[in-house]
Amino acid sequence: MSEIEHHDYDVIVIGAGGAGLRAAIEAKGRGLKVALVCKSLLGKAHTVMAEGGVAAAMGNVYAEDNWKVHFRDTMRGGKMLNHWRMAQLHAQESPDRVQELEAWGALFDRTKDGRILQRDFGGHRYARLAHVGDRTGLELIRTLQQRAVSMDIDVFMECKVVRLTTDDNGAVTGAVAYWRPTGEFVTFGAKSVVLATGGVGKSWKFTSNSWEGTGDGHAIAMWAGASLIDMECVQFHPTGMVWPLSVRGILVTEGVRGDGGVLRNSDGKRFMFDYVADMFRAETAESEDEADRWYDDHTAGRRPPELLPRDEVARSINTEVKAGRGSPHGGVFLDIASRRTAEDIRKRLPSMYHQFMELAGVDITREAMEVGPTCHYIMGGVQVDPDTAATSVPGLYAAGEVAGGMHGSNRLGGNSLSDLIVFGRRAGIAAADRVEELARQPKLNQAQVAEYIDEALAPLTRESGENPYDLQHELQELMQANVGIIRNETEVVEALEKLDELKERASNVAVGGGRAYNPGWNLATDLPSMLTVSTCTAQGARDRRESRGGQTREDFPKADPELGKVNFVQRQTAGKGFTSEIEITPEPLPVMPDELMAIFEEENK
Amino acid sequence: MSDVVMHVWRGDADGGQFEEYSVPKQDGEVVLDVIHRIQATEAPDLACRWNCKAGKCGSCSAEINGKPRLMCMTRIDTLPEGETITVTPMRAFPIIRDLVTDVSFNYEQARKVPAFNPPPRPEGGYRMSQADVERSQEFRQCIECFMCQDVCHVIRDHEENKSRYAGPRFFIRYAELEMHPLDTNDRRDLVREEMGLGMCNITKCCTEVCPEHIKITDNAIIPLKERVVDADYDPIAWLGRKIRRRTKRTAAEAKVQPD
Repeated sequence: MSEIEHHDYDVIVIGAGGAGLRAAIEAKGRGLKVALVCKSLLGKAHTVMAEGGVAAAMGNVYAEDNWKVHFRDTMRGGKMLNHWRMAQLHAQESPDRVQELEAWGALFDRTKDGRILQRDFGGHRYARLAHVGDRTGLELIRTLQQRAVSMDIDVFMECKVVRLTTDDNGAVTGAVAYWRPTGEFVTFGAKSVVLATGGVGKSWKFTSNSWEGTGDGHAIAMWAGASLIDMECVQFHPTGMVWPLSVRGILVTEGVRGDGGVLRNSDGKRFMFDYVADMFRAETAESEDEADRWYDDHTAGRRPPELLPRDEVARSINTEVKAGRGSPHGGVFLDIASRRTAEDIRKRLPSMYHQFMELAGVDITREAMEVGPTCHYIMGGVQVDPDTAATSVPGLYAAGEVAGGMHGSNRLGGNSLSDLIVFGRRAGIAAADRVEELARQPKLNQAQVAEYIDEALAPLTRESGENPYDLQHELQELMQANVGIIRNETEVVEALEKLDELKERASNVAVGGGRAYNPGWNLATDLPSMLTVSTCTAQGARDRRESRGGQTREDFPKADPELGKVNFVQRQTAGKGFTSEIEITPEPLPVMPDELMAIFEEENK
Repeated sequence: MSDVVMHVWRGDADGGQFEEYSVPKQDGEVVLDVIHRIQATEAPDLACRWNCKAGKCGSCSAEINGKPRLMCMTRIDTLPEGETITVTPMRAFPIIRDLVTDVSFNYEQARKVPAFNPPPRPEGGYRMSQADVERSQEFRQCIECFMCQDVCHVIRDHEENKSRYAGPRFFIRYAELEMHPLDTNDRRDLVREEMGLGMCNITKCCTEVCPEHIKITDNAIIPLKERVVDADYDPIAWLGRKIRRRTKRTAAEAKVQPD
């Protein structure tokens, strides 16, 4: 084999969405040598798809808001499965992180007195989401991207990491990657590695995720020895487009509901009033009149049920459709046309207007949209220390969607962008601290490097074998059908058996063509991650015999208080890579200190 | 499902040719759906970029029937029925493979932009009115699809101009910073002298292809040209600049230094 391109850095950050950029900015700010490595071009990461806003208790619209209320909303939204310390740090620090974005050039929409405007979203007691129309993610990624560029951070674009390398003590030493444009391999040596690779949604058929959402970070972390938690907790966003088929799954922002949009079934009924769970009854409106008063003044009525947390709304839509009260293409109606002026809609929801007009031929200022649940986000992820984002592998950190714990069993809208900047920064700080403590630059184990390169090249060397597109398609059908929004024992057990078959077939993938920009080969190298994370999700879905947030079991329709006290933790045991054995064990949740517990107890008085 | 016939350019930096594919299409599909079907069936190694498939990331830019378009936002049923659809890579950038071009020119331009530089944050945060942020917000809608760069005739057929011309995408970036209520850097001389603003003769091709409908020429380039001229020839503006706190800083000087 010819000489392989190699770079030594203090810190490499894998993934260049909000969390990765924020981590890199922090580490670079410490004067370290930092590289960002990303699968796509810089600025194209899934963060750009975030629409509604970034949640931060700044109190600009409702002065009553503060971090404790945000903390409470986040924990309740996650059905108390969240790591309390992550939820606390997130609620306390997100206002500063949002202000910081503004100091780096972000231009949020304004209140009348010139401060950052905040909008309502599901599960948040007060209007809390700083936003720019319905393109907040774009604003966030562009601001961070421009900041990173101005700091001269090295960026390796269209560069796919296939494996992390480790030393004899199990510490991370770097990564093996290939350049997508040329197919040539490149290795990185680093004292600290930050994973910020986003989610796993591409393993489902109807998803809001792009091709990149293949769970690479989850998988390479597990293969390097890290533990994952709560992988069964997958969020199905209630409102994805359902028609035309080609756009099925594309996101429709929750901002539509935050700004007054309502859900109706085929009878024209606002059905969400029928689905208010006991946990949320005290704070949810009982009538349309009461709900409608709330939009203008949150003290004049209680919240509309359309703004319950996402898991609640998604399940309700699913039930309406199954009961035969759906829209013509198998969704329900999301109506803002009859509730707000055309001018208001175009101003506050410009990309939704554009998206429906051009892709579905629907004018949302005149007609209702057809929407239904779409796979959107994974709450589970790599187990991390809340304060440092450190994983169980020394030198390896994880922030953003790839990390688990922050959102419990269900994430509130708007809490993702804030998660990225709060924990991206914390991961950057901890990664930099380790660099300063570590005396020597790690050396890569060349036998590992050679093995990982051979593994990645294998699909190109086989004369014949499985088509990677067919395998991906079968995986997506399987996860959609058997490990979707509503699950049961029989189907998830069947899914695990079929996943084993798919893994065998994936060991025999063959692709034609060369190494340079070959999407077939690129997909073949994504499949191992997809199969690993799908197995983790299916295992968790099997073992968590209850319904809680993003895990809904029709055979166990209620939350089980005992299971509410545990995380399901997964680790690789025997074997290597995507064919290895994965062990799953329930482990107790960290105990919330009394002073935080009091926030919930006060309420119950 | 009826069939659609596509002529897709296949090749690399050394050359290439059109390949014809006839594949089924479904109602409501966009060009990118058909490209994906070709990949999944006939040509697994057909190279194209894409991410969001919703017109928000600007990855899947190509030329469809000769016009720069986002493949994810071009519905098949808006193209002439029954006619072959031609898909080629963006012409202004070097080919990597098939529909994928080397857009690093744009990332190099981004590195030349002197950083945003606000005054220290006052207690309680910055205050800006909605009316004041809206001008720059329009330009911050840019999804960096680079189609305005592709269509701009200053560089489309004149490789030699790339070394002294930033292009429409970066003119809106300079305009955004120039109009940003908080920024204190003055980039007007830079834009005129090194970024080639004068070479743009406002034919509005960029505005026409912008998928975000940003009024690139009217709202960014023309006002920027006016400000640059003012800065250069208006003695009162010149004096004002000398007195005010705005300081001219080059990209290197304006780099963010580690704390």
